Amino acid sequence: MIKTDDTIVAQANGALSTDLAVEMRGVNKWYGDFHVLKEIDLQVRKGEKIVICGPSGSGKSTMIRCINRLEEHQAGRIIVDGIELTEDLKRIDEIRRDVGMVFQHFNLFPHLTILENCTLALIWVKKMPKKEAEEVAMHYLTRVRIPEQAKKYPGQLSGGQQQRVAIARSLCMSPKIMLFDEPTSALDPEMVKEVLDTMVGLANEGMTMLCVTHEMGFARQVADRVIFMDAGQIIEANEPNAFFADPRHERTKLFLSQILH
Amino acid sequence: MTDATQHSGAYVRETLAEAREAPGRFFGPIAWMRQHLFGSVIDTLLTFLGVAIIAWLAWQVIDFAFLRAVWTGENGEVCRKEGAGACWPYVEAYWKQFVYGRYPIEERWRPTLVFALFAATLVPLAIPSVPYKRLNVFLFLVAFPVVSFFLLTGGVFGLVEVETTVWGGLLVTLIVALTGIVCSLPFGILLALGRRSKLPIIRILCIVFIEFWRGVPLITVLFMASNMLPLFMPAGMEVDKLLRALIGVALFTGAYLAETIRGGLQAIPKGQYEGAMALGLGYWQMMGLIVMPQALKMVIPGIVNSFISLFKDTTLVLIVSLFDLLGMIQASLADPIWISPVTGKTGYFVAAVTFWVFCFGMSRYSQWMERRLATGHKR
Repeated sequence: MIKTDDTIVAQANGALSTDLAVEMRGVNKWYGDFHVLKEIDLQVRKGEKIVICGPSGSGKSTMIRCINRLEEHQAGRIIVDGIELTEDLKRIDEIRRDVGMVFQHFNLFPHLTILENCTLALIWVKKMPKKEAEEVAMHYLTRVRIPEQAKKYPGQLSGGQQQRVAIARSLCMSPKIMLFDEPTSALDPEMVKEVLDTMVGLANEGMTMLCVTHEMGFARQVADRVIFMDAGQIIEANEPNAFFADPRHERTKLFLSQILH
Repeated sequence: MTDATQHSGAYVRETLAEAREAPGRFFGPIAWMRQHLFGSVIDTLLTFLGVAIIAWLAWQVIDFAFLRAVWTGENGEVCRKEGAGACWPYVEAYWKQFVYGRYPIEERWRPTLVFALFAATLVPLAIPSVPYKRLNVFLFLVAFPVVSFFLLTGGVFGLVEVETTVWGGLLVTLIVALTGIVCSLPFGILLALGRRSKLPIIRILCIVFIEFWRGVPLITVLFMASNMLPLFMPAGMEVDKLLRALIGVALFTGAYLAETIRGGLQAIPKGQYEGAMALGLGYWQMMGLIVMPQALKMVIPGIVNSFISLFKDTTLVLIVSLFDLLGMIQASLADPIWISPVTGKTGYFVAAVTFWVFCFGMSRYSQWMERRLATGHKR
C-alpha cells in the first residue's frame, strides 16, 4: 500500500480527534534486544497536564523523548499536534519547533550567555531579527524571575537558576507542548521549589505538559492524570486523588509505599 | 569543641564568624621565592644550578651574536679571523634574498605589498576588540589571497609575470604555512565530522583518507606530488610545483587536525546535542553553533601544535626544489665571497631565531585566546 505523506497527515487528522496534543498508539521500542517500550497507548488532550512516574529503567524518559524524536520508536504511531512522526526530517523539525523540552541536567550551552542561550533558536530556527529575539528572551527570563542574569554564562548560575533558564529557553519558541524529563532530580533540595513554582505557573496558564518527575506534591497540585510505568509499560493511569488514595495495581502500591513516607 | 558542645548535644551559633584575611606570608615576591625557590636545601641547590645553566647558555648566545660578532665588512675576509662571532655583514648582504628568494629585484615591491596587506588584515583580526570582524574575515580570507595571487604571479594589469620557481625565502615559507593553516582547518573539521557520520560511505571515505595521509611521511607526500603526480596527469597538463606542495601540505595537516578535532568532539556531552535538537536546530546549525565552538575551544592546544608543526615542516619543500627561508640560507652558504667558519652558524642562527619568533608568537597567542575563551565552564 502506497501512501503519500499528505494522505498520512490527512488520515491522522481525520481519523483522530483534533483536540489531542499527543497521541501514541501501540508504540514499541527496542535497544538492541531489550524491549524498552511495550505497546504504549497514550492520548494527551490539549492543555492536559500529565505526570509520569515509575522506577528507574521503566521507560518513562524514553517515552517522552520519543515525542520529539530524541529517540526513535520502531513500531506504532506517534502523532504530535496533528503531525505524524516518521523518518521525514522536515516533519521532525516541525514537531521540535512546537515541542519544548527541559532536561534533568539543563543542557544549557556553556559557551553562550543566558540571553544568547534563549535567542539562539529564535534567530536561527525562527529567523527572527536579533533585537526582537532579545525582547522575547528578556520577556521569558523576567517570567522565570532571572532577567538580571542575562549577561552571565550558565556556569555562573546555581542549578535552580540554570533550570529556570532552560525553561525560559524552551518557552521562547512558544511551544504548544512542554516535556519535562526529571527537571528537579539534579538540583540541590533548596532549589527544587523555585523550579516547581515556575512549572506550576506554566501549568496554570494552560500549557500542555508531560512531566517525568517524582515530585508527588507537584503531581497532586497540577496533574490532570498521573501515569505509572514499569518495565516499559503503562501500568496504571488515573486522576491524582484516586491514583494516590486508591492505587489498583500491586506494582503501583509497592512503588507508592516506597516513595511516600 | 566549644563550651556549648561540651555541655550538651544541642548547639546553636549565636554570632556568625566573620571572614578573615588569609595569612599574608603566601603573597609577595619574597614569600613566593622562599616557597618556590629556596624551600629546602635541595631546592636551593637546584635553583642555583638552574640559574647557572641559564646564565651560561644566555652568555654563549650573547657572546656569539653580539660581543664577538663582526659588524661591518665588504666580504667574508673579516669573518675569517680567529675567534670571530656572528658574521652580520653576510646577513646584511643577503637578507633580501632570505625574504624574497630570487624574486626579481625591480618587482620586490609586490611581495612587500603582500606582506603589508597580510599584516594589515591579520592584526585587526587577531585583536578581539577591533570592530567589523565579518568584513575583516572576508578581507583576510577572500580579498587578501586573491589580491596576493595576482600581485605575486602577475601577468595581468600590466604586471610582469613572475614564475613561482623564482619565489623563495620567507615569502615561500609564509605562503606555504598560511595556505596550509587556512585550508587545513576547515578541511580537518569536515573530515572529523565525516568520521563521526552515521552514513557509512562518508565515514569510510573519511577514515581511509585520514589513515592514508597520517600513514605517509610529509617528505613522501611532497615527492609524490612533484615527481609522481605528473605521471598520472594527461600529457601537456602542468600543475605548478608550488601549488602541488601547497595542496600536499594542506591535505596532510588536515588529516592530523581531523583527529585532534575528533578528540574535542568526543568530549562534548550528549546533552548538548539533545539540547540543540530539542530546540529544532538542524545538523549544520547544531554543529556550527553549539558543538564545534565548544569542541574547537577545547582542542586549541592540539590545533596550534599542528600549526606550529606545519610551520616548521615548510622547510621540507626544499626537497622538491622550492627555496623557502632555510633553503635560501643554505643556498647562500655556497657563495665563495662570504665563505668563513662562522657564515653557516650565522645563517642557521638567523633561521632559528626567525622560526622561533613565529612559532612562539603562535603559541603565546593561542594561550591568550584560550584564557579569553574560558568563560563557560568555570565560575
